[in-house]
Amino acid sequence: MYETGWKRALVIALFLGPSLIGLGVFVLVPIASSLVLSFADWDLLNPPRFTGIANFRRLLADAEFWGALGNTVKYLVGYVPLVITLGLLIAVALNRRIPLRSFFRTTYFLPVVTSWVAVSLIWMWLYNPVFGLLNNFLGWLGIRGPAWLFDVNWAMPAVILTSVWKDLGFIMVILLAGLQGIPREYYEAAEIDGASGWQRLRFITVPLLVPSLFFAVMISLIGSFQVFDQVYIMTGGGPAGATQVLMERIVRNAFNYNRMGYAASMSWILFLFIFAISFVLNRLRRRWEW
Amino acid sequence: MVRRPAWLRPGTIFLLIALGIGALFMVVPFVWMVSTSLKPSNQVLSLPPQMIPESPTIAAYQNIFNRFPMARVLGNSALVASSSTLGQLLLCSMAGYAFARFRFRGREALFLLYLMTLMIPFAVTIIPLFIIIVNLGWANSYAGLIVPGMFSAFGTFLMRQFFQSIPRELEEAATIDGAGTIRTFFTIIVPLSGAPLATLGLLSFMGSWNNFLWPMLITNDRHLMTLPVALQALQGIYPGQNQWNLLMAGSVVAVIPIMIVFLFAQRWFIEGVASSGLKG
Repeated sequence: MYETGWKRALVIALFLGPSLIGLGVFVLVPIASSLVLSFADWDLLNPPRFTGIANFRRLLADAEFWGALGNTVKYLVGYVPLVITLGLLIAVALNRRIPLRSFFRTTYFLPVVTSWVAVSLIWMWLYNPVFGLLNNFLGWLGIRGPAWLFDVNWAMPAVILTSVWKDLGFIMVILLAGLQGIPREYYEAAEIDGASGWQRLRFITVPLLVPSLFFAVMISLIGSFQVFDQVYIMTGGGPAGATQVLMERIVRNAFNYNRMGYAASMSWILFLFIFAISFVLNRLRRRWEW
Repeated sequence: MVRRPAWLRPGTIFLLIALGIGALFMVVPFVWMVSTSLKPSNQVLSLPPQMIPESPTIAAYQNIFNRFPMARVLGNSALVASSSTLGQLLLCSMAGYAFARFRFRGREALFLLYLMTLMIPFAVTIIPLFIIIVNLGWANSYAGLIVPGMFSAFGTFLMRQFFQSIPRELEEAATIDGAGTIRTFFTIIVPLSGAPLATLGLLSFMGSWNNFLWPMLITNDRHLMTLPVALQALQGIYPGQNQWNLLMAGSVVAVIPIMIVFLFAQRWFIEGVASSGLKG
């Protein structure tokens, strides 16, 4: 740095100050307030009242909370394996020298750049039990399609299917970047040694792709715990609460029922889950890489 | 024996067919969106569904632009996304530069604080953030839509990584010539940072353009809504089944601009997503 003394301090403040103030006011202060709020009752009209751990005790006894947690897990169990498997298959396919490669890559990535609200509306229309494209296509195959978003058993699978469709390209790009980082010489050496295509996949591609796979799994798990837009637009948590998820409960409790403290305590439970997942996965990864 | 060209091998042909069917699944929903948006109201609910509208019309578009301030909404989305992106580029690159190059006490601790905020989900901060913005008098205002989106710990991290890879000699030469840090930064460093700035800029623009939850909470005035919020509002206004042409027209307005941006700047989008791998 060219400057010295107070001028130097001024330059540092100029570069870092705005960002730091923003981070403080819009991130750090909210984090601290949210923590305090989770031990209080606040309906926005009356002053906040400290209630200790009452919010958390109420949460444990709240059937709706457990239902939302259960549905979030249901979403995750359907979504993560599907999006990872399909994303991996497409990435492996597109990592080969085939014609139309960049066309396919663009096509699969297209939904990633679009708005969740628009995608939700499009799929609501596709899922329409009578006039929707999906059930008419199934009917043409001789299958009587369910009422999808209006059916207690099919609403969650429908939300999962839409989410997989939207995020597939994202996982594909992450894994494709990982695949392209594997040196070609490894494959050439294996080919000289007479390794079959399957063996090359099993003993070169998969082990060297582990870091990217871990990242893809982690980001889709963390995303699953925060699933919101598609649920809020497509089902609003219905039918009969079949798609109520954690994030949706937090938003409704805070901004529809004015239970600010209760919602804040729920958001910290959500944080704990995300933290635990990152922690466990990082541990696993370290063990794998040894 | 003549080796067949790669694309003629049976394995490759099978692969191409499988990829083609998959690609069809990706594209059909968008085609269906455009097709429905071009249908007159009385043909939306035709059975069997018609992929190609019998008598295409732009009536649905006229309808939403007349009955809803759609032009204004479109402008809002463009304004909000571009100004929060510009703000983010400026703030993240300056802070990232400070973390990469300046030596001052507490730098590492401060940077760790930035990284730690990446672990915190938006669910945790959203309630106090909402209350702060309302108390600043920024509810239903452009400031409320734009300003909170200008700060990004992830962007700061990304820019710092890049600046650390630039050789110091460049700046040292400028210092010898008597240029101050600010001038060095804007005339030497920024022009070198096209790639990371484009990557961060596109990620940020896309995020802001598609953002739903925050703008929905902070606006209820139709004249300040962004596209996703307006779409949700349209859904509330037209719950009837035969209004799908209007909702699909709205979706086209929300989806096509960002798709065009993507098609022209694909490389940076893809690199951006691949580089978000650093985020974990």
